[in-house]
Amino acid sequence: MNTTTITTTAPTAPSALSVSRTTATAARVLRQLRHDPRTIALLILIPCVMLVLLRYVFDGSPRTFDSIGASLLGIFPLITMFLVTSIATLRERTSGTLERLLSMPLGKGDLIAGYALAFGFLAVIQSALATGLAVWFLGLDVTGSPWLLLLVALLDALLGTALGLFVSAFAASEYQAVQFMPAVIFPQLLLCGLFTPRSDMHPVLEAVSDVLPMSYAVDGMNEVLKHTDMTATFVRDALIVAGCALLVLCLGAATLRRRTA
Amino acid sequence: MMNYVVDPPGAAPAPNPTPAVQAEALTVVRGPRTVLRGIDFTVPRGQITGLLGPSGCGKSTLMRSIVGTQAKVTGTLNVLGRPAGHPSLRTRIGYVTQAPSVYDDLTVRQNLDYFAAILDPGRTAATRRHDVDRVLTDVDLATHADALAGNLSGGQRSRVSLAVALLGTPELLVLDEPTVGLDPVLRRDLWTLFHDIAASRGATLLISSHVMDEAERCHRLLLMREGEVLADDTPDALRTRTGSDTVEAAFLHLVDEAVATARQKETTR
Repeated sequence: MNTTTITTTAPTAPSALSVSRTTATAARVLRQLRHDPRTIALLILIPCVMLVLLRYVFDGSPRTFDSIGASLLGIFPLITMFLVTSIATLRERTSGTLERLLSMPLGKGDLIAGYALAFGFLAVIQSALATGLAVWFLGLDVTGSPWLLLLVALLDALLGTALGLFVSAFAASEYQAVQFMPAVIFPQLLLCGLFTPRSDMHPVLEAVSDVLPMSYAVDGMNEVLKHTDMTATFVRDALIVAGCALLVLCLGAATLRRRTA
Repeated sequence: MMNYVVDPPGAAPAPNPTPAVQAEALTVVRGPRTVLRGIDFTVPRGQITGLLGPSGCGKSTLMRSIVGTQAKVTGTLNVLGRPAGHPSLRTRIGYVTQAPSVYDDLTVRQNLDYFAAILDPGRTAATRRHDVDRVLTDVDLATHADALAGNLSGGQRSRVSLAVALLGTPELLVLDEPTVGLDPVLRRDLWTLFHDIAASRGATLLISSHVMDEAERCHRLLLMREGEVLADDTPDALRTRTGSDTVEAAFLHLVDEAVATARQKETTR
């Protein structure tokens, strides 16, 4: 074989974010969802229904509802956005639209940011409804500001979107994509301190839970629950969740390849 | 917004500009298979070049290499004067994949609006709308603009996919089997459109097909088989050279010839 020169993509690929392409992508994702009202309804109603259920499961112990309810307000957006994003991006990969987009002048960052923006918007609506319901109608006793609960919920949703984008690269089918939910989310759910305080766990598990982002999401929620002010721990937790989301979004961008086999 | 390529110094003078696509020793490996085996060819500008051959011969891989979405490409491959996959080519090439790549849960117009915004967000909404209307008319889907792409028939969906590639003013259109599954009337209309695009807009079209009668409508033909180019010529020249009446007969003649030479090599070895 006499291969002379090797043609590769020039290193000057437009990596800078284009605001109009990002917003066009976010609008497109939301428009797709608008043609699927059942998904929107499920997305928004399920967390509310679960909270109502939980409230009456712990009918006799409102303190337990306070702590678990607040934790769940952080966990719901993470799980739902993870599922929705991993399926949506997998469809984008398998339908050929991703290949088409990447042969067009669309930066990978534009696509990722577009998805994050669209699902972040949905997460705000979902979290606002769930938080409002929990605080005003189900008697969730929050010492701090409900706005801070909402902030953590939004960061969690972004983390879920980021994780979903990332794992969709490793799923060849919808079956596999759905299986990533127990694989990626369940260990975090068990170790995040929802069932038992993290300090009571086996030291090895406690150490593992220290590096899982959902632990900080739940810690952050509990800080708001117990303290009137924004504590230093809360700020740390929020920054860690945001940082993880950003890191995983970048990893997700790295899995988008313009050239594929 | 037309970007005409300036000829590199030392190239042929204006009437004979750089070819739209120029390949030398182009090789593509996919997994354990070598799909393209060091092929050489050129695609001249402003003409329709047909890429023909049986399925699995490497047509789609060749097209993906040209638009820059194929990995593991070695050899030389220049497209519109730039190495294939160069970022500046992304607005200058229209590409249609074999399976229609559009969003099933958007209407035809919403699909086109989105891709038009990605292609050139700088244009005003009115200019973009005009562009979308134009391509809808081109592919004869103006009456279906507000239908969900997922509710359209297979042929209609592939025309939506084609319409996306026609947005803007691509200098090179790479169309992977754009007429598969279409009825004879539509196929004729699309070929009229392709000729119109080549003639009036001066665009280059590379169209793959495994239907040989479409070959007669092309200005030039690239006949492929098992990752190699059997012939790179005009339909007339091919028929004359092989002494056949149709391109199909010419292709079969060339395949037999290739098999015979391969066998001869085997025995002399």
